[in-house]
Amino acid sequence: MRFRNLTIGQHIPGNSVVHRLDPRTKILGTTLLIVLLFAVDGFIGYALAALAIAAVVHLSELPWRYVLRGLRPLLVILLLTVGLNVFLTEGEVIFRLWFLTVTREGLVRGLMMGTRLVLLIMGTSMLTLTTSPIQLTDGIETLLGPFRRIGVPAHELAMMMTIALRFIPTLLEETEKIMKAQMARGADFQSGGLMQRAKNLIPLLVPLFVSAFRRADELAIAMEARGYRGGQGRTKFRELRFQRIDAVAMGLSIIFTVVVGILF
Amino acid sequence: MKGQPLIRFSNVNFTYAKTQTRDGWQALKDVNLEIYEHEFVAVLGRNGSGKSTLAKHVNALLTPSSGQVLVAGLDTSIPEHVWEIRQKVGMVFQNPDNQLVATTVEEDVAFGPENLGIPSAEIHRRVTEALEAVGMLQYRLHPPHRLSGGQKQRVAIAGIVSMRPKCIVLDEPTAMLDPAGRQEVMQTIHRLNKEEGITVLHITHHMDEVIGADRVLVMDQGRIVLEGTPREVFSQAELLRELHLDVPQITDLGQRLRKRGLAVPQGILTVNEMVMHLCPSD
Repeated sequence: MRFRNLTIGQHIPGNSVVHRLDPRTKILGTTLLIVLLFAVDGFIGYALAALAIAAVVHLSELPWRYVLRGLRPLLVILLLTVGLNVFLTEGEVIFRLWFLTVTREGLVRGLMMGTRLVLLIMGTSMLTLTTSPIQLTDGIETLLGPFRRIGVPAHELAMMMTIALRFIPTLLEETEKIMKAQMARGADFQSGGLMQRAKNLIPLLVPLFVSAFRRADELAIAMEARGYRGGQGRTKFRELRFQRIDAVAMGLSIIFTVVVGILF
Repeated sequence: MKGQPLIRFSNVNFTYAKTQTRDGWQALKDVNLEIYEHEFVAVLGRNGSGKSTLAKHVNALLTPSSGQVLVAGLDTSIPEHVWEIRQKVGMVFQNPDNQLVATTVEEDVAFGPENLGIPSAEIHRRVTEALEAVGMLQYRLHPPHRLSGGQKQRVAIAGIVSMRPKCIVLDEPTAMLDPAGRQEVMQTIHRLNKEEGITVLHITHHMDEVIGADRVLVMDQGRIVLEGTPREVFSQAELLRELHLDVPQITDLGQRLRKRGLAVPQGILTVNEMVMHLCPSD
């Protein structure tokens, strides 16, 4: 098992306009895109949304294959969605193939659903491709800030995300170490059926959990010793700043969403 | 140097409460201690001697069962003092992995100042300064898990330095490091003590690491059993051995030579000293 080269998320660093946008702008823009994709009904609307996404990809200076790569893990779901819609929609029959019936309505619906999914995936992966996990966390924390009054633990959520990001590599390294130690003592993680293999994981998971709890305890003490007492009165090292370009991007997204959403 | 002590323990007792898995036990017994500003104090003791418990009392992670701990005149038992005390006394722990919070070096160093509510621009200045002080500035954008043990520990120290404390307590900071990492960390601590004037309380069981200290405290079974300069302490080789502590190799060699009748004085601490005494050059 090789964990060393693991990258978290799929952020690709860069210095394009899209990379430099405030994470809040990008999160809100993506949200608008999702709303838009569910609001429009018809190929002109999808074509316009696709054009907008293409423009963002172009501005981000990312190679297209990175953007399209996000589709691969969802290919099965995509084919299933399109297939089910094409074959199971009732309407004007175009042709029959053994027991499968393809209707005009089905074909249209299937294609629309497929396009919607593809655009959704591409749009959201533009967010994660151009924004680092830290920036995303910061963005989510500030965006959730106003909802603190109704009990949304914005700071705590962001802190949890940060700590998770910090400790994922550490815990993976540890997993590798424990696996090797147990394998040296004859543990077998590779053979056997599903149930057997799951059982074999116990000598891996128990020490891993014990150590994770111990780490959590020590980290909590270290954080307290460094004066941590929750989000109250805390300042930020990296302050998010809305720039003119953010205002422009925000404005364009809103106008685009409203116009396309209403017209198509 | 004297005057008001920065840290004062008066008749401190501390008992760990009984838990389901462990009996309660008294970890500190009638400890009296004064540490002055700019001092470098090393605390020696074997496992379970109470040295870590002592360390945790200095920045109010633990408070005495009886007696009093004063830090810059503030009583650690009063909850309102705790945050001010933690600003004055920073603490570095044994496991470098379990005290780094953030995903990049510079952000981790910023964690303390963020907690103190310092404005962003000032935090940036402090982060740069602190990383420079521990020689880790070129790593500011690295994720912590890509660093060596010694480097991680230096980042942890920078995370304390950026809070501008008067005192740093280090609880066996080198216990999990290789020799190169240990040396890095020791050099960093000494430099901070000399150049930045930060008071250091260094807890260790490595004899070699106390040689450069101004004062050494030896703990056993919750008490301070020996106190003095490194030279004074290491002259008591018999007592140290009774406490299951070793003297540094070179001191040990000196003692063996003296037993064989060579004119070597008590408590030699460095190879150079030994050379001077064995082959005096004129």
